[in-house]
Amino acid sequence: MIQLRGRAAAFGLKHPLSRAVWLIVDRDTMTPQRRGRAYLLRKDEDPPDGFGLYLIKDPDDAPTGVPWIALPPLLTYVSAGDVISVSATGEYLRVLWRRDSPNNSILLTERCDHYCLMCSQPPKEREDDWLLDNARELIRLLPPSTPGIGFTGGEPTIYGERLFELLRLCRNLLPEAEVHVLSNGRRFSDYGFASDWAGVGNPRMMVGVPLYGAEPALHDYVVQARGAFEETVQGIVNLGEAGARTEIRVVVHRQTAPALPEIAEFIARNLPFVEQVALMGLEMIGFARANMEEVWIDPIDYQAELREAVSLLARRGVRTMIYNHQLCLVDRELWPITVRSISDWKNEYHPECQECAVKERCGGFFFSAKYRHSEGIRAIPAEDSRALLQV
Amino acid sequence: MSPSKFKEPRTYQAESDDWQLLPFRFERMDGRVLVTNMVGEHLFLEDAEFERLADKSLPVDSPLVRRLRAKHLIRQPEERTPLSLLALKSRTRNRRLAESTGLHIFVVSLRCEHSCPYCQVSRQSQDRDRYDMSLETAERGLDMAFRSPSAQIKIEFQGGEPLLNFGLIEEVVCEAERRNSRFGKRLGFVIATNLALLSDEILEFCARHDIFISTSLDGPADLHNKNRPRPGRDSWERAVEGIRRVRETLGVDHVSALMTTTRASLDRVREIVDTYLELGLRGIFLRPLSPYGFAIKTKSYSAYEAERWLDFYREGLAYILELNRQGVDMTEYFSSVILKKMLTNTEPGYVDLMSPAGIGIGAIVYNYDGSVYASDEGRMLAEMGDETFRLGHLTTDTYEEIMTSEALLAPLEESFAPSAPMCSDCAFEPFCGSDPVYHYATSGDFLGRKPESDFCRRNMAIFRHLLDLYENDEAARQVFLGWAGR
Repeated sequence: MIQLRGRAAAFGLKHPLSRAVWLIVDRDTMTPQRRGRAYLLRKDEDPPDGFGLYLIKDPDDAPTGVPWIALPPLLTYVSAGDVISVSATGEYLRVLWRRDSPNNSILLTERCDHYCLMCSQPPKEREDDWLLDNARELIRLLPPSTPGIGFTGGEPTIYGERLFELLRLCRNLLPEAEVHVLSNGRRFSDYGFASDWAGVGNPRMMVGVPLYGAEPALHDYVVQARGAFEETVQGIVNLGEAGARTEIRVVVHRQTAPALPEIAEFIARNLPFVEQVALMGLEMIGFARANMEEVWIDPIDYQAELREAVSLLARRGVRTMIYNHQLCLVDRELWPITVRSISDWKNEYHPECQECAVKERCGGFFFSAKYRHSEGIRAIPAEDSRALLQV
Repeated sequence: MSPSKFKEPRTYQAESDDWQLLPFRFERMDGRVLVTNMVGEHLFLEDAEFERLADKSLPVDSPLVRRLRAKHLIRQPEERTPLSLLALKSRTRNRRLAESTGLHIFVVSLRCEHSCPYCQVSRQSQDRDRYDMSLETAERGLDMAFRSPSAQIKIEFQGGEPLLNFGLIEEVVCEAERRNSRFGKRLGFVIATNLALLSDEILEFCARHDIFISTSLDGPADLHNKNRPRPGRDSWERAVEGIRRVRETLGVDHVSALMTTTRASLDRVREIVDTYLELGLRGIFLRPLSPYGFAIKTKSYSAYEAERWLDFYREGLAYILELNRQGVDMTEYFSSVILKKMLTNTEPGYVDLMSPAGIGIGAIVYNYDGSVYASDEGRMLAEMGDETFRLGHLTTDTYEEIMTSEALLAPLEESFAPSAPMCSDCAFEPFCGSDPVYHYATSGDFLGRKPESDFCRRNMAIFRHLLDLYENDEAARQVFLGWAGR
């Protein structure tokens, strides 16, 4: 696991910082632009003129006459091309973007009208528009060649038109980026909203919408919101009619695992126009820990339902993938559709995994698996790794 | 964070047990009740469960409620999603109606060098003037074809043996392509031929114009040659050699074969399937013999036992499923059409299993002499002297007159299955279709009497058989899902 936030080891600022979001540059990557850039000083390097902030790794190397911050010890891995946010006082740092990571996901808000039993990012009812402001700044600092960016929440659609502005900014400044947005989909039940979303006009944009049942009672219980199923399903239909690329995400846990086949049948019959379906392993964090009894299920106990769901979808032509699952727990025949999806910064392996022949292709674990993980974890011997060759 | 903020499952159950029934139909099957919703999604219920559905005595916490809601069989009064999803699915299933006629059959010659006893229409004749389509007639056919609002136009050349008038095929293909540069439709060509007259020149032309070949193959050589006499008794050898050359020149996906089932076929379904496999064909259509034309005259139909044909079909399907289990990719096309209707919202567009019927609005036939028929079978009836399905003539009637002729509209309307007696409350109706020509030929009216209809009896038996396998045979179910998804 990689830390993404920390407290500055030391700092020297005469005035509060005038901006929150900084792109890190250094001697090798320097561009003529200096606004919004934080210069990462090497040992004994003289600070070049004109940057609003200078970063050092060792507090003993503090420069004089310029604003500086000594990086928190666990964040000294950052390098040129990464983007951080810094509190006005210089005390608190957060890594927003790691240039070399494929898993940059930007939190836009913590507000949400769902209260999911297994939420990994429990909602908070407080104004946090600064997250959207930071995201906008971040996009302006990224290179046009950026391959992908994800937005998550909370529920990003609460911003309405302001979300569309952000997405248009992505389309214009990051023309090569696959843009993925997670949303509970309810707001799209307003066709005008779905149509405006599609009107952003970015063929690389996709929205991921969760579905936890084939009828209202189960879905509404899982997301703890009456009426959610009606709105989410209508929202997915509207997205389809508006021509927006849509992914359905089903988090598998104690409540949804037995219903996987009926959910798959429902999608195949009612929503087959979606681009893909992701069947997701549970992350034991946030509410999932609080509701351990309600949500925990050992993946080895739902393999039959998982296999059935994949078959009902994939054989009828709906692209289906399995996220967040350890290969040793998943049926061999499903290996080709498993995706190594756990973000690198959340990823850890079990001691047993050291001997495993397919570790490099495995989803690995969320670091939160320390709270609960399957009884079935075991190293795959080299001779069994052939099942992966079908990929 | 406090778990006590979370509410119990029952908080999210329906507010009352005041259920509304959505349109459904049912059929008793093997001690259970098959229920289908209005778009053909199915569910099997125990008797007691079915009673509770019928009585609407469904407690909100019943697991049965969850299954019924998921299949859009019941809803709460204020719920909108079940209706909007049913509407969406119905729209998808009927999408082809807005497209109208996509398949245009040109009978370019009635002449044939074969003399098959069951054939309805062919002539042994050298008289080109009398039995070949003229260029003028063909051009009028193209006028008609391009009037169709369909974005996809498939032109199929039939006979007789169409290769006997290949010069006309060349002219029609080139002219259609030239015209299509204005229309921009998806244009495709098929030649239905016995391949006996295939030449390098013909193959080269087909390759240049991406033409598909549909041929006849009845099974092993002795069976095929007995069904299809021609001078030299080498029909099978020529077909097999032709299939091989087409696969090599045009591509393996450019040739398919149709079989004709005769009494002699009934005990030999495995051999027939094996013949297809050996030729590299990955699908077979286990067809019943049609009751039209000379087939009725020569009595080969009356001798034909419906039950024995069903055994033939079931044995063939079992063998094909067994092959799939062994990893051989082989499809039975008739089952595949039905499974698509059963397991998806796709309307596969198989003309004999559509409602409204596919006659005229799915496929239309331009005969060699310029007469227009609602279907190939309609043309065969006309050859026997009954012109019921003759819609008009290319030289005297306009597109509007033909497409709104009583000869087309009456059978379409009268045979429409969702409003036909016995079909309208049949649980299998969403999987089935209307065949006004068949029913007219066998019982004298477009609707037919369903209890006496072999079409009905045969299809019902097939639906039951496929559902039984889908529910009870895991390996078959996996194969069926794959066929449905293709």
